[in-house]
Amino acid sequence: MTRRRPPVLLGLLAAVGAVLFIAPLVGLLARTPWSDLGGVLGREIVADALGLSLLISLGATLLSLLFGLPLAWILARVEFRGRTLLRGLVLLPLVLPPVVGGAALLFTFGRRGLVGQPLEELTGLVLPFSVWGAILAAAFVAMPFLVITVEGALRNLDQRFEGAAAALGANRWTVLRRVTLPMIAPSLVSGLLLTWARALGEFGATITFAGNLPGRTQTLPLAVFVAMEGDRDAAVAMSLLLVFVSLAVLISLRRSWWRAR
Amino acid sequence: MRSGLDARVAVVHPGGFRLDVELTLEPGRTAAVLGPNGAGKSTLVAALSGLVPLSAGRVELGGCVLEDTASEISAPPEDRRIGIVHQDYLLFPTMSVLDNVAFGLRARGLSKSAAQRSAAALLARLDLSALADRRPADLSGGQAQRVALGRALATEPDMLLLDEPLAALDVTTRAQLRHMLADHLAGFAGPRLLITHDPAEAFLLADEIYVLEGGAITQTGSPEDIRMRPRTSYAADLAGANLLVGVADGGEVLVGSHRLTVADTSAQGPVLATIHPRAISIHIDPPSGSPRNSWSTIIKRIENYGDRVRVQTGGPLELTAEITPPALAALGMKIGDEIWLSIKATEVVVSAD
Repeated sequence: MTRRRPPVLLGLLAAVGAVLFIAPLVGLLARTPWSDLGGVLGREIVADALGLSLLISLGATLLSLLFGLPLAWILARVEFRGRTLLRGLVLLPLVLPPVVGGAALLFTFGRRGLVGQPLEELTGLVLPFSVWGAILAAAFVAMPFLVITVEGALRNLDQRFEGAAAALGANRWTVLRRVTLPMIAPSLVSGLLLTWARALGEFGATITFAGNLPGRTQTLPLAVFVAMEGDRDAAVAMSLLLVFVSLAVLISLRRSWWRAR
Repeated sequence: MRSGLDARVAVVHPGGFRLDVELTLEPGRTAAVLGPNGAGKSTLVAALSGLVPLSAGRVELGGCVLEDTASEISAPPEDRRIGIVHQDYLLFPTMSVLDNVAFGLRARGLSKSAAQRSAAALLARLDLSALADRRPADLSGGQAQRVALGRALATEPDMLLLDEPLAALDVTTRAQLRHMLADHLAGFAGPRLLITHDPAEAFLLADEIYVLEGGAITQTGSPEDIRMRPRTSYAADLAGANLLVGVADGGEVLVGSHRLTVADTSAQGPVLATIHPRAISIHIDPPSGSPRNSWSTIIKRIENYGDRVRVQTGGPLELTAEITPPALAALGMKIGDEIWLSIKATEVVVSAD
């Protein structure tokens, strides 16, 4: 801690930076139709989008848990050729423009896609422009958050605890269930929350791969985008809802993520 | 050897380190593997527990072959009935003390309630009932060590393996816990293997000692053998300290019938007195000056290690002194000669036993 005042120029630039974050929130709050908020949130377009958003984001989170947790374990614990490459590919969606991800999903899982065509022939399942497609798109962009968080936790875990459990007679499944998972639980919860928040906010990949069909694939972010053209009040109300959800996620992560020291 | 441990453990690390040891241990006896850091102690523990595969060798415990590279048998860690007290204890931080102790029983198929009942009974026997609901993070080092022992004993293993069980404790707790450990070892019917770098621990707890250096056993014998006839320079250093069990009383320690004057006047009751061999001076004539402890004795044995010579003396206190070869030549001594020993009071290190 320094007692000297910061240089004036530095302070000014920092203030502009802070305003950049704060002003849009204030602008949103200023435009909010507070008196009729309940009514606006109750409109069909909002209710539909909210329900879909919850379904799709939770589905994507479950999908991420089902496949991301084993993937994180393999990346953390098994040495194999191409591990670094695989880790890079898994993390790619973190920096890839989501719309590119959506396009890639469409070329792969579309009705004439590499996987999509045999999938439809074998099971009759058509992913694009369906709720399943929206879940897949959200999982594609959100799962890296789970993988990166859990892999880090597994790497930091002292593996001697697992050895101790084995020596006490626990098979590998029991060790995983009763020792490994409880010990990485805080990171797993953080990873799930981040994954869910990212899936809830997903826009680009969803609109490209799953479209923007009200009641089928139109999630809250898509509904906000559409409502901006007509029903501004609804757009603002839904935006506010997403802001609150994001804040709630941040607050629940504060212990592990952003509390300094 | 049907119910004991009979093991030949050879492990070759990719880095080139090679561990190759043979251990034979009867039930009801305690052996210590004593070695410096990097001697291969951790590798030995990992190999016996099944976490590291043998490059060659065979491990038989209680009549069961746990591993045999010749016939490609290798039991996984969970099928070896070895109770391990780990270095740093490794109590599961997410479970209560009771669940830690019950863990092995549940893993072996007992229901949760039956395992907890059995664990609670064991905690009561170990005087740990008050700690049952605590988390490991809320235990002192000594308490954690006792819980770790309880956890290892809970599954009634065929063998106890103690990996540096006292290393993480402070000096005062260590003496106390060593006594507790000695009691529990005595009550355990199977073979007990103690892995340690601390000679005092090995000498006081073990019936036999394996000295491990650079991946190989360099000497095997009773604590007395190792202390009196160390075969390598490292073993000589280990045995280095003359270790005496006595009773302190205001500046004096009574060892057998001999009174040693010590600088520490605060010690009372049972103590360990240690005297480094280099702190013992040898004279041909009665010494003059300040040493408070001096007596005459005879030379029982002289061993030459090249850069130093160890001289073993007779009663009233059988001690080992270490001098340089030129000093030996200057004194012109041989076995059977009468000499004088002197030790400054400040060189007798007293710690509570």
